[in-house]
Amino acid sequence: MFLGLFGPLLGASVGAPAFGGQSTLQWFLPGVVVMIALFGTSMTGSNLQYELMTGSYERILATPLSRSSLMIGRALKEWAPLVLQGLLIALVCIPFGFVFHPLHVLLGLVILGIFGIGLGALSYSLALVSQNKEWIFWGVQQTLLFPLMILSGIMLPIEAGPAWMKTASLFNPLTYLVNAERELFAGTIGGHTLWGLVAAAVTAAVGLAVGIRTISRDIR
Amino acid sequence: MIHTEKLTKTFQVKKETVEAVKGVDIDVAPGELVAFLGPNGAGKSTTLRMLTTLLRPTSGSATVAGVDVAADPAGVRARIGYIGQGNGGGHSFRVIDELVMQGRFYGMNTSDATARAQELLHSLDLADLAKRTVIKLSGGQRRRMDVALGLMHSPRLLFLDEPSTGMDPQNRANLWDHIMRLRQEHGTTIVLTTHYMDEADSMSERVIVIDHGRIIADDTAARLKANLAGDLLAVEVAAESAPGVRGLLGRAAAGGEVQENRLDGVVTFRLRLPEGARIAPSLLKDMNDAGAPAQSIELKPPTLDDVFLELTGRNLREGANQ
Ligand SMILES: Nc1ncnc2c1ncn2[C@@H]1O[C@H](COP(=O)(O)OP(=O)(O)O)[C@@H](O)[C@H]1O
Ligand SMILES: [Mg+2]
Repeated sequence: MFLGLFGPLLGASVGAPAFGGQSTLQWFLPGVVVMIALFGTSMTGSNLQYELMTGSYERILATPLSRSSLMIGRALKEWAPLVLQGLLIALVCIPFGFVFHPLHVLLGLVILGIFGIGLGALSYSLALVSQNKEWIFWGVQQTLLFPLMILSGIMLPIEAGPAWMKTASLFNPLTYLVNAERELFAGTIGGHTLWGLVAAAVTAAVGLAVGIRTISRDIR
Repeated sequence: MIHTEKLTKTFQVKKETVEAVKGVDIDVAPGELVAFLGPNGAGKSTTLRMLTTLLRPTSGSATVAGVDVAADPAGVRARIGYIGQGNGGGHSFRVIDELVMQGRFYGMNTSDATARAQELLHSLDLADLAKRTVIKLSGGQRRRMDVALGLMHSPRLLFLDEPSTGMDPQNRANLWDHIMRLRQEHGTTIVLTTHYMDEADSMSERVIVIDHGRIIADDTAARLKANLAGDLLAVEVAAESAPGVRGLLGRAAAGGEVQENRLDGVVTFRLRLPEGARIAPSLLKDMNDAGAPAQSIELKPPTLDDVFLELTGRNLREGANQ
């Protein structure tokens, strides 16, 4: 579905002037892949809400499965199909002038996955905390996700924005992630990649720590 | 197998404190089959959740399968099986996949888990539904699937929270067959909760009656009934004999209440009679000797409902929170 909406726009953007020396596509695509992965992983908790009500969550909690693998598994489960979709988009874009660097993209996906684990675990905690109050989950998820995305330069380059936005973007782990993905999708590996990896690892560590704390609180 | 000391759980709901479990001491030996009986809200599920490490006790201690629930919850989880009060199957998954996944959670390999799943599906009458998604199952089918999930890893100690709720009588009987077989063949220790008194009565050897978060009785069903509630005796006599009978029955009831109903020249007396079946014959003879013979009698053995009524002054069915 995403592809269907995306396709017509592609044709139009091919001839457009390039950002920062790269082709529009080469610049834009990594952002799209990050964005759909974000949407997916940030919704990890929404499925959980249902399972909290039926009892399947309780059943899994009663097994010896470790809490962190439970969360990692769930985050990656939401992440994987969306990343596949992103890759599909990338492949479709090849005829339009997108240059595909498989190894770099693979590394990019690994970093994205690590980030996704963190975000998924946070979403998971959010669902646990907002148990029986679904609107809280969606409210918080939406109010956090959009500013974070805009402040990361996913859609438009942040360099064009006012100074405060640039400063704010420095504190946004997504910024580093998006920059890393752009660097990798362009077929290069450098400082951005490293920073992206650090941001992803920190997000994962924080997410899992928060998640494990939340998960071991009382459940009904 | 289970040992608890003053196990307590309080919940904080808004500003209010709910004392769900108020210091229970439980001892269960290996191989026992124990039923927690109590009305809705009595604290049965909360107790089970503490024993299965899903809830952290507010105070007190519990050792389950030789492991302390607070010190090593993962160790407890590896040694027990738990069938919760809700439905365990994830709605969008196929029945067989959930079962195999459950086995994997307990460290079984895929082929063992698949074989075990097939075996359970077969014996729980779910074989035709293996490839169906959980959401398409009926309530009773889901409950049987829950049982299959709990049995995947053949635990030595099994907890079941209201296992038969939502099942029709035939499936209930089936479930009980299964539980009994499990005990016979593997010596599994079984702790279950129920608010069906007939179930606790006929199936388990030992009944722990819970009310308002406290254990108010703990014994075999037979002894609970014999000690706490007598048989219910109803005697019909001709109206003119009633005055003589009244005194006789009053003495037999030993202080208990004797109800009296008059209809068309016949008076019906109703009373509780400890060991009624043994006393009734001589009582009838006394009535005969007094020239006030019974026209008909009815003697009903007590139920656990009567025991609960005796213990709490409330009926098990209506006696929820108050
Ligand atoms: N997570 C919870 N938060 C607040 N109150 C709870 C929670 N779980 C149970 N309770 C309350 O504790 C009491 C006992 O509940 P429960 O153990 O589910 O009873 P039962 O299983 O015997 O029906 C009830 O008053 C219930 O409302
Ligand atoms: Mg309950």
